[in-house]
Amino acid sequence: MSLMSEVGQKAFNLGVPLAVHMDVTYRCNERCVHCYLDHDDHGEMTTREIKGVLDQLAEAGVFFLTFSGGEVFMRRDFFELVEHARRLMFNVKIKTNAVMIHEEEAQRIRKLGIDSIQISVYSHRPEVHDAITKLPHSFERTVRAIRFLRAQGLRVTIANVLMTSNSADHAGVQQLAADLDAQYTLDPTITPMMDGNTSVLSLRIPGEELPGIFHNPALVTNQEEFCAPPKPPSDEDLEGYSCSAGHSFCYISPYGDVFPCVQFPLPTGNVRQHKFLDIWNFSPQMKEVRSIQAKDLNVCSSCSHVGSCSRCPGLAYMEGNMRGPSTADCEKSFYRTGVPTANMLRQGLSKPRTTVPLIQIQPVAVSA
Amino acid sequence: MHEDSIYIARNSAIAARALAGEMMVMNSADSTFFTLNEVATAIFQAADGKTPLSEIVRDHICEEFDVDPQQAQADARQFVNELSAHGILLVSSQPLELEKI
Repeated sequence: MSLMSEVGQKAFNLGVPLAVHMDVTYRCNERCVHCYLDHDDHGEMTTREIKGVLDQLAEAGVFFLTFSGGEVFMRRDFFELVEHARRLMFNVKIKTNAVMIHEEEAQRIRKLGIDSIQISVYSHRPEVHDAITKLPHSFERTVRAIRFLRAQGLRVTIANVLMTSNSADHAGVQQLAADLDAQYTLDPTITPMMDGNTSVLSLRIPGEELPGIFHNPALVTNQEEFCAPPKPPSDEDLEGYSCSAGHSFCYISPYGDVFPCVQFPLPTGNVRQHKFLDIWNFSPQMKEVRSIQAKDLNVCSSCSHVGSCSRCPGLAYMEGNMRGPSTADCEKSFYRTGVPTANMLRQGLSKPRTTVPLIQIQPVAVSA
Repeated sequence: MHEDSIYIARNSAIAARALAGEMMVMNSADSTFFTLNEVATAIFQAADGKTPLSEIVRDHICEEFDVDPQQAQADARQFVNELSAHGILLVSSQPLELEKI
């Protein structure tokens, strides 16, 4: 086990929120066709409020802090927030589309000791990328920004969300990342919009195309092991938990709502009403999330994949039951290994359903 | 350099946080990640750039951890050298200004 994994396990066991993902705004200068967010400002936290929350997070033991959005640079105070975070000695990562990053911003990011910057690139073909972002010349601006950041010696990861319109372009984006000396990560996950609109799910690449990704050694490390049939679950597997959501990780929205994860829209409290640690330690919802072990899962506890599935409790919650299966992960387990899941077998399916009704993040009602 | 004239300061590029009494430290420049034990954490936290290492060891290590002063000084030197090599601590024969963000 690596030192980082040991520390993560220690935080998990102690219930310390080691990592927090904070969206500082949902506003954005791009209008990506697959985006689940509503880009209006419904009352974002002020500079002072966010700084106060950061103070609380440092006190709570948070070490890894990811600033994301929306587009983080839509906030004019963004650098002020990052400066505050770095004074509090967080390890800071930024997720951005980078179109507002020029040489000056890149220099400032380096001086602030930012750990890394994750940047969305959808295609190596400008016309495909720009058609997804709906912002003319966004590809050109994003790539130029990556060059500025790399020239400062900053670590950049290109995040390549795959959907129907760019599913054939991952090799091109991977090559672009290599040319720019950036890391590359791929994600085929498309989620419904915040208002419950599921039309964007039609952009998901068909499940039948997933094996082409999972079985591609250029895209998946240890591909043979990754795609091997599941081993019989051990007692340890059944005593285990799904992921770090609510255990050592959580998400804070621009409005101060706290959720177990960015992909787990279970409201647990709002930092405008309560102290972060009170929400983290005493929220009944957080406690419930923490209590769920694999053996408690309605269908998955009897599934052969239970020890190796990437089951996301947030996606399961979006399907209506945080103890139930996450169909998107059933799909991945099936197409990864070829072995049917318990969720498929109980429904008599020969292949997973690809579209299920999901709910998305809704703001917590803040009483006056 | 003699211990009396060694000054140490934390590099402003690092990230750090205590977890159950041990300090996690990460250097953003190369993503090196360390955890410091209680003794090393005490030295790290006292690295203000103004207090000589010898005083830090005397006031924060020998008293709090009941260790042999000579051994403590030697161990502290080794620890400082290691963290300095990774850019976590800045070392000087003169008092250091803590870098400001």
